[in-house]
Amino acid sequence: MSASNNNDSVGLVTPQTAVFDEPLELACGRHLANYELVYETYGKLNQERSNAVLICHALSGHHHAAGYHHADDKKAGWWNECIGPGKPIDTNRFFVVSLNNLGGCHGSTGPSSSNPETGKSWGPDFPSLRARDWVNSQARLADLLEIGCWAAVIGGSLGGMQAMRWALMYPERIKHCVVIASAIKLSAQNIAFNEIARQAIVSDPNFNNGNYLDHNTIPDKGLALARMVGHITYLSDHAMASKFGRDLRSGTLETGTDDDIEFQVESYLRHQGSQFSGSFDANTYILMTRALDYFDLAREYNHDPVQAFEQAKCSFLVVSFSTDWRFSPQRSREIVDALIAANRPVSYAEIEASEGHDAFLLPIPRYLEVFAAYMKRVGGSL
Amino acid sequence: MRLDLAHIQRWITPGSRVLDLGCGDGEFLQMLESQRQVNGLGLEIDAENITAAISRGLNILEQDMDKSLANFPDQSFDTVIMAHALQVLHHPDRVLEEMLRIGRECVVTFPNFGHWRCRWHLGTRGKMPQSKFMPYSWYDTPNIHFCTVKDFESLCGEKGIRILARETVGNSKRKPLLASRWPNLFATTAIYHISR
Repeated sequence: MSASNNNDSVGLVTPQTAVFDEPLELACGRHLANYELVYETYGKLNQERSNAVLICHALSGHHHAAGYHHADDKKAGWWNECIGPGKPIDTNRFFVVSLNNLGGCHGSTGPSSSNPETGKSWGPDFPSLRARDWVNSQARLADLLEIGCWAAVIGGSLGGMQAMRWALMYPERIKHCVVIASAIKLSAQNIAFNEIARQAIVSDPNFNNGNYLDHNTIPDKGLALARMVGHITYLSDHAMASKFGRDLRSGTLETGTDDDIEFQVESYLRHQGSQFSGSFDANTYILMTRALDYFDLAREYNHDPVQAFEQAKCSFLVVSFSTDWRFSPQRSREIVDALIAANRPVSYAEIEASEGHDAFLLPIPRYLEVFAAYMKRVGGSL
Repeated sequence: MRLDLAHIQRWITPGSRVLDLGCGDGEFLQMLESQRQVNGLGLEIDAENITAAISRGLNILEQDMDKSLANFPDQSFDTVIMAHALQVLHHPDRVLEEMLRIGRECVVTFPNFGHWRCRWHLGTRGKMPQSKFMPYSWYDTPNIHFCTVKDFESLCGEKGIRILARETVGNSKRKPLLASRWPNLFATTAIYHISR
């Protein structure tokens, strides 16, 4: 489906750039003197400026969540299934803001941007970021767009963490918080997978301690490997079995033959890895995975998620997927249980889906129904 | 409104926190929110019901009360309601205990298997009763733990559960006396307001 023949799409969109000159204090103790955020908007802001919805992206996401950049684009934005006219985040009703997070590599200020103090790219010297830094920078973007209060802040995975952080940091500026396939904090197993990804990157000889741009190289092999590991964890055993099984792409396992053998799953993973390494910055990947690892919603609330959520004033929708083992339903239930104990309004659905963590990006009918039903409620209370 | 639900509503303090176990599509909880201004939360396992209840603007959790209610803190709700679900539970006694741990007061309603029609059916035909009210065959029914008014009250006695009030719904709206005088024989639905 391309941009021109799709009437449930937001159609052609043009990214915009917001420039900020007021320094942003960061959780790491450093600050950014100035920075840029690239964002897109879909739908129209109403007169009361009350129908704005913020989309927070996950690890490898960006601002292009819906629609198409060019009339001949084959692929729509990464959450096109959920954002558009008549879709759960209905652009006939909502004004949707989707940005590339600070530290990203799709136009917002990040490690591959130029450091004004040196004139060279930041590289590994770019300040480390936490989810709260993203939330603060998103609040600045809201100020710029004159959005006093979001009708909803919505995110999956790492995006869900930002949405929850919004609810605690700016309780007066968010009415609904939608947290999909997320967690209060990562498990040791999750951190371990992220560390393998980082090690794959830093072990690439082209990494040059992160200064690869100065050497006119990129650690594409390491980044591809990092993505391959990550990708496995986003799929379920069942999803991989039904997509690839043990099918061979080339060669044969007949006895008496000694061909080169390639399984379909090998070829698929390599393809995913190389595609990703051509379009993503290695330092950003390291920065984002660290932000994921460091996130702990309740850290400054005596490590008590109930105390943390007592700061919130919004309503919550929490959604998980049955075969997601990276952010399992159990992690989502921890969020729900803390919200119940904090006596905060919450709805929870556990969607039966075979696709693993990736399910949150896919058009699973029951998921879209629940999401749409909740967003209808959000729209009804504008 | 179903008569049992009308009775329940009278026992709900305005503005209180209410947990509705097996809330269906949330019709009753929505009524409690609008007429009693309760802070409501529903539990449900049916996907369509969950979507419908969310559409009503209710707070609904997808959770199976038969598996566990351990995630609800002690005495965290003013009233816990379970309407017409007791008989489908694997562990009705344990769920009752959990309800009384979570809520200061509880409301339980169930179909009375001691009703004379059930007895008549079993007595004269020698077969498990089937009716408009209990339409299932014995081998394919969600109702695995039927009980009578007497059964329920003995369970309350054994577990030290206080019965604050009992209401009944009978076959005949014109003769509610029969059901309230001889509930075990004439009540089709029993409605209990209980606490520790």
